Amino acid sequence: MLAYTVRRLLMLIPVLVGMSLIVFFMIRAIPGDPATAILGEKASPEAREALTEQLGLNEPWYTQYVEYVGGLLQGDLGESLRTNAPITEELLPFLAATFELALVAMIIAVVIGVNAGIISAWFQNSWFDYTAMVLALVGVSMPIFWLGLMEQWIFAQELGWLPSIGRENVRDPIDPITNIYLLDTLIQGDFEQLGTAFKHLILPSIALATIPMAVIARMTRSSMLEVMRSDYIRTARAKGQKMFLVVYKHSLKNAFIPVLTTIGLQMGLLLGGAVLTETIFSWPGIGRYIIEAINFRDYTVVQSGILVIATIFVLINLIVDLLYAAIDPRIKYQ
Amino acid sequence: MDKPILEVKELKTHFLTDNGSVPAVDGIDFHLNDGEVLGIVGESGSGKSVTSLSIMQLVGQPGKIVDGEILFDGEDLVKASEKRMRQVRGGKIGMIFQEPMTSLNPVYKIGNQLVEALRIHKKMSKDAARKRAIEIMKLVGLPRAEDLMNDYPHQLSGGMRQRVMIAMAMICEPKILIADEPTTALDVTIQAQILDLMKKLNHELNTSIIMITHDLGVVSEVCDRIAVMYAGRIVEEGETKSLLRNPQHPYTKGLVESIPDVRYKKERLYSIPGNVPTPGSVKKGCPFAARCAFAFDKCSEDSPILIDLGDNHRVRCLLHEEENGAELLQTSMK
Ligand SMILES: Nc1ncnc2c1ncn2[C@@H]1O[C@H](COP(=O)(O)OP(=O)(O)O)[C@@H](O)[C@H]1O
Ligand SMILES: [Mg+2]
Repeated sequence: MLAYTVRRLLMLIPVLVGMSLIVFFMIRAIPGDPATAILGEKASPEAREALTEQLGLNEPWYTQYVEYVGGLLQGDLGESLRTNAPITEELLPFLAATFELALVAMIIAVVIGVNAGIISAWFQNSWFDYTAMVLALVGVSMPIFWLGLMEQWIFAQELGWLPSIGRENVRDPIDPITNIYLLDTLIQGDFEQLGTAFKHLILPSIALATIPMAVIARMTRSSMLEVMRSDYIRTARAKGQKMFLVVYKHSLKNAFIPVLTTIGLQMGLLLGGAVLTETIFSWPGIGRYIIEAINFRDYTVVQSGILVIATIFVLINLIVDLLYAAIDPRIKYQ
Repeated sequence: MDKPILEVKELKTHFLTDNGSVPAVDGIDFHLNDGEVLGIVGESGSGKSVTSLSIMQLVGQPGKIVDGEILFDGEDLVKASEKRMRQVRGGKIGMIFQEPMTSLNPVYKIGNQLVEALRIHKKMSKDAARKRAIEIMKLVGLPRAEDLMNDYPHQLSGGMRQRVMIAMAMICEPKILIADEPTTALDVTIQAQILDLMKKLNHELNTSIIMITHDLGVVSEVCDRIAVMYAGRIVEEGETKSLLRNPQHPYTKGLVESIPDVRYKKERLYSIPGNVPTPGSVKKGCPFAARCAFAFDKCSEDSPILIDLGDNHRVRCLLHEEENGAELLQTSMK
């Protein structure tokens, strides 16, 4: 397992280098002079020259790349063209907000999705199975923005149970430590603010969780049904094992292998869904940060923001692969 | 010795499919004496596996025991609760299956799967269970038992896996071992070793064994008595020697004549023409009539009853209800 982990980590290096090259050349592939593209046709030549200098575009490309990567290795994502602030500092709170939203959504999707799939397979053709699978079918075909707007309309506007936008009470903001508010308020022992943070999370995380939850439930069910027909499940039953353990021990670990692929894919898609959800619920996450940067033609922020998201994507894949190896003993020996 | 430990009476297991009820097992009677090895023989599709799964109450949907009794030590398993059946499975009756390659759970270590039954039935401590597992592995002839505990199934050969299956079924010292085609998937030398092992378990631990196979050659080596099954019914039953030397049913006679004899390699083997009819497709008369070389007009009209020929030999064939019918059987089929 350790050797496998090390091997997989080493394989990350070329991927990360490739990604950094792509985003590096992306900004340089803008037709014409980047400074003009950023400042507009009417800018003075001096201003353009100054910006070119600031972007380091007078240097040969390999010098620029080495400098950029050198910065990245020290956690330096460059500076925002708009605010001149270091991007790393600016981006962290947004990243934390997205992380919190995505994590809560993923937990909801996996816990409910997997269990609904298991119970549906265990009690195949029962009323639970039918209900769950009809709901899952509705769930996969539900557009996030529509679901989000419906949630806001029903639970915020009509019933007034939950806040419809943001992640805190603007008149009484939460003191950030890690910017993961559930964690921060817990650290501070401020249970009222914990409640506030939690309430703000409910609607957007459900909107974000619905599609992956439905997909995971369907995948788990079909995978479980297949595994439960297999010979080794009959063996487990012939030993006198309780049905609960036949399902949750013998079947689930096997059935989980394809489910894990689905979860990995859904987590990738969830990053995309997060951008949409953040827009609907005015959630101050990385999606909003990058969209704003695009509006202001803040190319350095776009460049580094995309690199961060791509890196997260790659890391999720790595974690999924490592989990495979942890679950399936056959993988390590192939 | 001649005290039955298991009595199956008028057992009917049907599959309730969309196309009607499929009588896979259609009224069978047999018994297993304490310390005896009983062979159940018949071509593929004759209902042997369904019979063995019925004893364990493990017939999957849409199968159902619609009639009959299965008396284990006088207790009717058909009426037993699921909780009681879990004590019987693995604890009182062990079972092994045809496919050693797929009958072990691929994601758990051999040791884990072995001690499982002990933890269920004997409530043993981890250490004691481990000791017992190593002991039983040695008994079934598995080399380097301690190391094997930490291996996964895919690291073992088919023969070794079948030994693990036997160890697993025997670990709680059940009174009965049901072996459903335990050697069919193995090559000839391994087959012989596994059969020797079964004999050893029968002699040394006094385990009663039901040996299911489609191969009369296999049963003739290990079984005390044989029941021949055809289309969900038992057509002949008797002590091994008398049944093989003097088969009283044309079907048994056909099976006996198709046993390969190493002494006459060149001779073409006899094989019974045609296939086992799908259960329920023969509405009237003897289900074997269409393939029977001795069939006469009554065979397609009347259902044969079980006739006791004495000396524990019983047969279900209309010839025996005729005068001189039994003599007709003396002619060879080749
Ligand atoms: N799940 C099922 N659904 C419908 N019919 C079945 C099912 N399982 C078995 N059968 C029927 O039972 C018959 C006997 O099967 P089986 O006991 O497996 O035969 P054997 O073990 O002697 O080869 C089959 O021919 C099939 O028609
Ligand atoms: Mg079978």
